[in-house]
Amino acid sequence: MVEISTRETYGKTLVELGKENKGIVVLDADLSPSTMTHFFGQEFPDRFFNCGLEEQNMIGVAAGLAASGKTVFASTFAVFASCRCFDQLRMCLSQTGLNVKIVATHGGITVGEDGTSHQAIEDLALYCSLPGFTVIVPADAIETAEAVKVAANTYGPFYIRLSRPRTPLVYSEDYHFTLGKAVTVREGRDAAVIAVGIMVAKALEAADVLAKQGIGCRVINMHTLKPLDEEAIARVASEVGAIVVAEEHLAHGGLGSRVAQVVARTKPVPMSFINLKDRYALSGRAEELLERCGLTAKDIAEAVKSVVERK
Amino acid sequence: MANQVKVFRQATPQANIFDLPVTELREMAKKLRRHIITMTATAGSGHPGGSLSAADIVTALYFKIMRYNPQNTQWADRDRFILSKGHAAPILYAALAESGYFPVEELATLRKLDSRLQGHTDRNLTPGVEMSTGSLGMGLSFGVGVALAGKLDHRDYCTYVLLSDGECEEGQIWEAALSAAQFKLDNLVAIVDCNKMQLSGWTRDIMNLEPLGQKWQAFGWHGIDIDGHDFSQILAAFQEARKIRTKPIVIIARTIKGKGVSFMENNVKFHGKVPTTEEAKRALRELE
Repeated sequence: MVEISTRETYGKTLVELGKENKGIVVLDADLSPSTMTHFFGQEFPDRFFNCGLEEQNMIGVAAGLAASGKTVFASTFAVFASCRCFDQLRMCLSQTGLNVKIVATHGGITVGEDGTSHQAIEDLALYCSLPGFTVIVPADAIETAEAVKVAANTYGPFYIRLSRPRTPLVYSEDYHFTLGKAVTVREGRDAAVIAVGIMVAKALEAADVLAKQGIGCRVINMHTLKPLDEEAIARVASEVGAIVVAEEHLAHGGLGSRVAQVVARTKPVPMSFINLKDRYALSGRAEELLERCGLTAKDIAEAVKSVVERK
Repeated sequence: MANQVKVFRQATPQANIFDLPVTELREMAKKLRRHIITMTATAGSGHPGGSLSAADIVTALYFKIMRYNPQNTQWADRDRFILSKGHAAPILYAALAESGYFPVEELATLRKLDSRLQGHTDRNLTPGVEMSTGSLGMGLSFGVGVALAGKLDHRDYCTYVLLSDGECEEGQIWEAALSAAQFKLDNLVAIVDCNKMQLSGWTRDIMNLEPLGQKWQAFGWHGIDIDGHDFSQILAAFQEARKIRTKPIVIIARTIKGKGVSFMENNVKFHGKVPTTEEAKRALRELE
C-alpha cells in the first residue's frame, strides 16, 4: 500500500489555496516544520505568523483576524490545539462562529515515542462538544487535501485532525469529498465498521480477513464527526444489523459515543467499540502502540465477529 | 444626545462623528453612569463597580477619540473598541446606545430573556460589540489579531482594548503582550482600568500586580500612566498613543471602583452586586 503523510499534504494544499485566496492567513505555535505550515510561510511570509508557544493567544489572534475578514488557518499538535486552549476555542470560536480552521497534526497515539504528554486522544470529544464546530478526521492524504479545501471555502470554525506518520492511501486521485456525507468504502451485508482516520485502512484490512471467513463486512468512513451523517448511520443499522465503531481516541465522547446515540435513537442493533478505552497509552513505535492498545485489523475483525454473533 | 445622533455627519477615515468638548464629555460620562445604575438596578444583577470606574475612559473613546459609524457597524476603516473586561458590559451598552447603535430604551432589557444585551458582551447579538468576552484575559489576543489585519490591509484604524487590572492576573494577557510587541503593533492601544480592586478585595492583597506600568514596559510596550477620571489626561494619553511608532501602547488608567457614587466608591461589595432600589435613587441624585 502506498503511504503518504497527511500533514505534508496539508502544508502543500495550503500553499495552493494561498495562491488563489489572498485572504488566507496562517498561524502556527512554533511547530511549523512539523505541522508543515512552513511551506506557506516560505511562500507567503507576509501572511504567516509564528505565534510562539502561545496557543491560547494564537486562538484569540486567529479570531481577531477572522473578525476582520481573513480566512485563518491555525496549526499546532492536536494535543495543544485541544487541551491547551479549550476556553479560548469555546469563547472566541464556538460562541462567535468565526471563520477559523484549526488543523492539528500528530493526533492520536501514533505520535509514538513522545509518549502520553503528546498523544491527543481527548481532542475529538472536546471539539465535538463545542456548538458550531465542524470536526473532520481524514482517512488519508487524498481526503486531507479535499477536506482542507472544503474548510477554506466553508464559513465557520473547523477542526481537522491529522497524523504524524505516513498513512496508507484509501482513495484514488479521483475521490470527491462531501462535507458531512459518510463514504461506503467497501460493501458488505453481515456487519459494518464505522471508522475515522487511520482506522479506516485498518477496517479495510479486517474486512479482507473476514471475507475469507465468509463474513461480508461493510466499511464506512465517517470522515466528518460533526455534523454527523445520521441518515447514513440509521441506514447501516437497518441494512446490516451489527456495528463496530473504530477510532484512535478514548472511549468517551468521540465517534463511538456519537454513533451509539444515533443507533439508540433510530435502530438499536448490537454494537462494539474499538478505541483506547479509559486510559492513556505509553511511549513506543506507532505500530507497537496500536497493537498494545487493541487498535489493529485483528482486533476489529474479532469485534465484528462478536457483534455478528449477537444479531 | 441620542436624538442628535441621526443628524450627525458621516464618519470618514479623516473624521469621527462625535467630537465633544471636555465640558460635554463630563456631562456624557455622568449620563452613562446614570444608565449603569438604572440598568443594573433594573436587571437585579450585574457589575456596576467596574463599569463606573471605566466610564470616563469609555466616554472619551466614543464621544471624542474613535471613528465609527453606528449605521454601518462593519465599516472596514472604523476604530475598534474591545471590552476585554466583559463584566463591565453596562458601560459599553450605555455608550453604544447614546452613540446611536440602538435605542436608549433598550438598556432596560439588560440581562433579560431574549434581550440583545447579554450579561457579558456577545458580538453576534449587540450592534457595535466587536467581541464576545466575559472569560477574562482573552480580549487583548483578539485585539492583536484585529490590529494585525489592519497592518495586512494597510488600513489606519486603531484598536483599543479595555482591560481591568485584576484581569492582568490571567497568563494569556502576557502572551498577548509579548506578541503585540513582537509584531510591532503601534495600532494597538490597551487601557488598563486600574481600579485596584477585584471580586473579593484589594488587588494588592490578592495578587499584587505593581509595578504594573513597568511590567508592560518590560514586555516592550510604550506606557502612559494617567488619572483615569481626568479628561485632559485621558485625551492627552490617546493623542500621544497615536504618535508612537513600532510599539504597542498601554495606558495605565488609575481609577476608583464605583467612581461617581459616594457609597459605591472603593466598595468591593459593588463589584458583582447591584444597588437596591433605595440605593439606586440615592446614586442617581448624586449623578444629577
